[in-house]
Amino acid sequence: MSISTSIWVWMAALLTLMVYSFLYKDNPFYRLAEHIFMGLSLGYTLTILWYNYIIPRVYEPLFLPPHQWSLIFPILLGMMTFGIFSKKYSWLIKYPLAFYVGGYAGLRIPLLLQSWIIRQVEASFLTPDKFTSLMSSINAILIFAGLFATLIYFYFSKKREHGFGAAAQVGIVFIMVAFGAAFGYTVMARISLLIGRMQFLLHDWLGIM
Amino acid sequence: MILLLALAFSISAKDTPDDGGGSITVNVYNIPEGTARIELSRLEKGDTLFKEAGLISIFKGECEDVSVIDGVEYLYRGKAIAKDTFYIAEIKGFVTSSPQWFNKSRTTVLIFLILFGSVVLTYIQLAKKNPEGLFIRKLPALDAIDEAVGRSTEMGKPVLFVPGLEAITDAGTLASLTILEKVGKKVAEYGSRVIHPNFDPIVMTTAQETLKTAFAEAGRPDAFNKDDVFYLTYEQFGFAAGVDGIMLRERPGAIFLQGYFYAESLILAETGYSIGAIQIAGTNATTQLPFFVAACDYVLLGEEMFAASAYISREPRLLGSIKGSDLAKVVLLFMIGAGVIFGTIAGIAKQGGNPAYMQIFNKMLEFLARGAK
Repeated sequence: MSISTSIWVWMAALLTLMVYSFLYKDNPFYRLAEHIFMGLSLGYTLTILWYNYIIPRVYEPLFLPPHQWSLIFPILLGMMTFGIFSKKYSWLIKYPLAFYVGGYAGLRIPLLLQSWIIRQVEASFLTPDKFTSLMSSINAILIFAGLFATLIYFYFSKKREHGFGAAAQVGIVFIMVAFGAAFGYTVMARISLLIGRMQFLLHDWLGIM
Repeated sequence: MILLLALAFSISAKDTPDDGGGSITVNVYNIPEGTARIELSRLEKGDTLFKEAGLISIFKGECEDVSVIDGVEYLYRGKAIAKDTFYIAEIKGFVTSSPQWFNKSRTTVLIFLILFGSVVLTYIQLAKKNPEGLFIRKLPALDAIDEAVGRSTEMGKPVLFVPGLEAITDAGTLASLTILEKVGKKVAEYGSRVIHPNFDPIVMTTAQETLKTAFAEAGRPDAFNKDDVFYLTYEQFGFAAGVDGIMLRERPGAIFLQGYFYAESLILAETGYSIGAIQIAGTNATTQLPFFVAACDYVLLGEEMFAASAYISREPRLLGSIKGSDLAKVVLLFMIGAGVIFGTIAGIAKQGGNPAYMQIFNKMLEFLARGAK
């Protein structure tokens, strides 16, 4: 057993234990860790914004040669966001927001259409080559039935009655099976995070492992 | 060493098609036997020396030079190096790169976009004319909002509303603001209090305005406290730690987790469960839905969030979008059904010695695959 002598390891270990104390109940140690974490993260974000965005993307191109005067327009657009702090000029925020939302939608919609719709339609076609073995046949039919029932579950223009309601029920079963699998998979990943923390406490800090 | 200007070994270069510029595609043909590697060099017009521009894959016979500047003319030279010799080939004339306005490989996407876009726009127009004429079924989670706020008020506890970790550009965040308006009205009517911690500063200012409007519409503008809508931090787990702390100290009776969430979803939902609050979650983050389903009382699954926000607001644009996407689902189901039937017929016909249908079917798949790339 060789306990670490590094002050940073001790600090990280104590903060880890402070956060884990939350598992028992809220206490001053957890609160201390929580406020340190939040304060540090906020300060860190501000520093990153200052050194990675404001200085290289605003100050340097604008005030150092060769001056990129065209940047004044996006900078002004961004500064209009601060209009929210004044009752008189709060309407100014609409313009950067409209630009931001419109641009983002324009970039995202074609990508989502590609990966979430066209790709799925293409993959859902049942062709004879998907029936080469018993397992692949069952798989193909299950995927098709699941897709059909799930789409019905997310159909909002009709009341869930009779056959339509039954199909939606089948849809939710498929959705829950998928959620169950995703849940189990993620819990496994979280356990590996816990193992990592335990290794840090028992090996790096206490040196007993 | 022998220098050979081999006639057979040749090289061509062209502006990379369907890109945003800054790239030239170089191809080599008739790679000599025994070639170990092919070095690419280029000469900028006006210069006298060729400079290294990378290696060309022997297997693909192609490489993309992405270090070029649009509008500058380049001359390319390929050098195929074998064990004891090398071969040199040059392109004929200079080549330049430029961006293209239209990406032809995305034609399928454009067709789908126009198709779905026109359906949605048509429904928006219909909704503007008669918003009550468009039916959207009610979701159980919406009834639960009144119940949760009412129970929280009876217990003398506040309501906590977490809008997720995305910016205002996210559809889930926008839908969460509509739900916030309904929650805000109920809170104002019942004389309770809503706490709204934020991850994004723009979402915070928008949420302040939304709640202010909701309290005013409920006839209680004086009850709105701007300080209840506050900023926490822009760090994912810092935010999660902060919200957890608020849950434990303020002990809200109802918690709304509405918006886009990441890995912190289960941490938030579990803490909410541990304090015994009614939890109504809703997210368009499909990967986080399982955790909300496991730990919350009611969940709006993905698109249900948008349907809920359309149902609450009766806003023509939202109603039109939901009706339009419903019709798109029907069209997609028919497309898949038709594809299945046609694919099966084509398969049977091919086995019977007639491959023509299968060729048409493959062309159809190719068209879709182009859009999926």
